[in-house]
Amino acid sequence: MLEIKNLRASLEEEGKEILKGLTLTVEAGKVHAIMGPNGSGKSTLSYVLAGRGGYEVTDGGATLEGRDILAMEPEERAAAGLFLAFQYPVEIPGVGNMTFLRTAVNAQRRTRGEEEMDAATFLKEVRARAKELKIDAEMLKRPVNMGFSGGEKKRNEILQMAMLEPRVCILDETDSGLDVDAMKLVADGVNAMRSPDRGFLVITHYQRLLDHIVPDVVHIMVDGRIIKTGGPELALEVEKNGYADLIEEAA
Amino acid sequence: MALPQAKQTATEERLAGLNLPAAPGWTRPAREAALARVQAMGMPGRRDEYWRFTNPADFISAVPVPATHHARQKVPVFDGMDRVRLVFVDGVFDPAASDDPALAGVEITRLAEAQDQDIHWAAELYGALEARGQSPVARPLAALNTAFATDGVLIRATGRAEKPVNLIYQHESETSDAILHHVIKVEAGADLTILENGPAAARFNKVMEVDIAEGGAFHHVRVQGRDHDRRAATHIFARLGRESMFKSFTMTANGALTRNECVIELAGDDGVAHVAGACLGDGADFHHDDTVFVTHDAERCESRQVFKKVLRNGATGVFQGKILVRPGAQKTDGYQISQSLLLDEDSQFLVKPELEIYADDVACSHGSTSGAIDETALFYLRSRGVPRSEAVDLMVLSFIAEAVEEIESDQIRDEIVERLSRWLARHRR
Ligand SMILES: Nc1ncnc2c1ncn2[C@@H]1O[C@H](COP(=O)(O)OP(=O)(O)OP(=O)(O)O)[C@@H](O)[C@H]1O
Ligand SMILES: [Mg+2]
Repeated sequence: MLEIKNLRASLEEEGKEILKGLTLTVEAGKVHAIMGPNGSGKSTLSYVLAGRGGYEVTDGGATLEGRDILAMEPEERAAAGLFLAFQYPVEIPGVGNMTFLRTAVNAQRRTRGEEEMDAATFLKEVRARAKELKIDAEMLKRPVNMGFSGGEKKRNEILQMAMLEPRVCILDETDSGLDVDAMKLVADGVNAMRSPDRGFLVITHYQRLLDHIVPDVVHIMVDGRIIKTGGPELALEVEKNGYADLIEEAA
Repeated sequence: MALPQAKQTATEERLAGLNLPAAPGWTRPAREAALARVQAMGMPGRRDEYWRFTNPADFISAVPVPATHHARQKVPVFDGMDRVRLVFVDGVFDPAASDDPALAGVEITRLAEAQDQDIHWAAELYGALEARGQSPVARPLAALNTAFATDGVLIRATGRAEKPVNLIYQHESETSDAILHHVIKVEAGADLTILENGPAAARFNKVMEVDIAEGGAFHHVRVQGRDHDRRAATHIFARLGRESMFKSFTMTANGALTRNECVIELAGDDGVAHVAGACLGDGADFHHDDTVFVTHDAERCESRQVFKKVLRNGATGVFQGKILVRPGAQKTDGYQISQSLLLDEDSQFLVKPELEIYADDVACSHGSTSGAIDETALFYLRSRGVPRSEAVDLMVLSFIAEAVEEIESDQIRDEIVERLSRWLARHRR
């Protein structure tokens, strides 16, 4: 579903290479987890896939259901089914959460040639999903992420994901900053969306999240590459021993 | 003191084409005094401290630069509101196109018909607040207005007005040169809302004097738009009594040249004055200037100035804003923010923020910024599938939100946002 082949990317300004030949395939219906030390390039990978400016892809590529996503604008990637839950969701004063979500849902539908969602249906949908994530109606009225706590912002990312119904979801440290209950809510939200035609790429530092969102495959990323791929037991190993042994083993 | 030669000549040229009304009635002394002020101050020039950023030439030329009037909007702004419409066409009141003024539940008299009527309160106010506002900064265009205004309205509210009064300025003639002067008195505890819209004339000089007595409230929302060529110099002179409130918001889009001055005097304790503006400028032929002067002359008053300008394709925005805190005006809470969002490198924002404080127990802050669109936020919106152009529009609305939020009425605020959105959609590249 999401195929990343030998992807190399550098910072546009400094020319520093961050992704150094990364290969990874997320199949439909599967949850892949990426773990790796700080600065190994996990967020960079998610940004390059989502189309953020400031990076230059120097080699390799990435396709979503066979389509070359790297050639697309960020909004086209979203409409093609890619979703990134940000490590640091952005605050946007003056733009209501609901306005934003509705604009996004309908823009994607338009791009795909589908009919727009009418206001009443939209409202019903948002309310239902927000309730599942224990996001209160007051929060929905506020500007995008304004005055949200760290955990609320992460839940809001999951709400957006639920409304946009993407094909491939990349979650960048969605668990960081969450208390135990919030983590459970977020995991339930993600699990509810698991389906045979949707893939997940979950970036995390902690095994704990993976107790709730049980991955099919775990990758270890170090210095811009995947150095080891295995099952859920790999996450346990990292939790216990850290990365040192794995790095040595790969060297 | 004699005027410099260039100023003298400019003033004579401007005055040559103007006549005091034949029968000014009770306005005579005020008009004559204003004319004397004009002659003493002279017309504004580029060297004057508050005209460095804006060229006054088109305001003082003997005849206006012609301006083509654009077809009127199908649905005029404020149309969904229950309001009393008073229509001026090229600066002349048009009773046939207007609603019955009596419906507003306030006293309304047309200036052009008032001279023979015995309107004490107006006789005391006409030109008086303008004259007070001439110091410490000269505002000759306002004095010119007091002397030569041909029409306007005198409004006195003694209680809560039943409906907002909507002054609608239509523009028909390509060479119209309108001078309107309104005088508004909000009596103790009264509450009045004035709405203004329309381009008015090829050249428009307007003064609004607003006197708010103890506990009174005055709301003002103005939309300046449509005509690309029109030139407007407007002044608001407001004086606030004890525990009174003044709130003014202006949205400007289009128009070749706009200078909006707002001179506010907090004269009684515990007054609140907010003045805000949002402007959208597109093109090198757009020049928009907000010049604000707030004087705190009483204790525990609050003032806020919130001005946002979105500029592109070579548009120019100017903000000159001052907070003056007089001796004894303790516990003053003064705030001023002026910001521009520059959508390209050709546009410019010129600012002159000033604080002058002569009391020791005050909290005053001011800030001014100029910046481009926040790329991180833009990417966030696009990553959710919002196309770039729509995402930019959302960022623009986000940028001006703080100014728009100064509008108290939800209905009006929603309508303004709606219109801004449509303006943005029309101006997408
Ligand atoms: N815009 C940028 N400017 C400068 N350096 C950058 C930029 N973006 C990323 N980097 C650098 O690239 C490297 C990878 O960063 P990235 O954020 O992708 O790491 P990460 O694996 O997500 O780390 P963490 O686990 O701490 O979130 C780091 O060394 C970081 O400093
Ligand atoms: Mg990261």
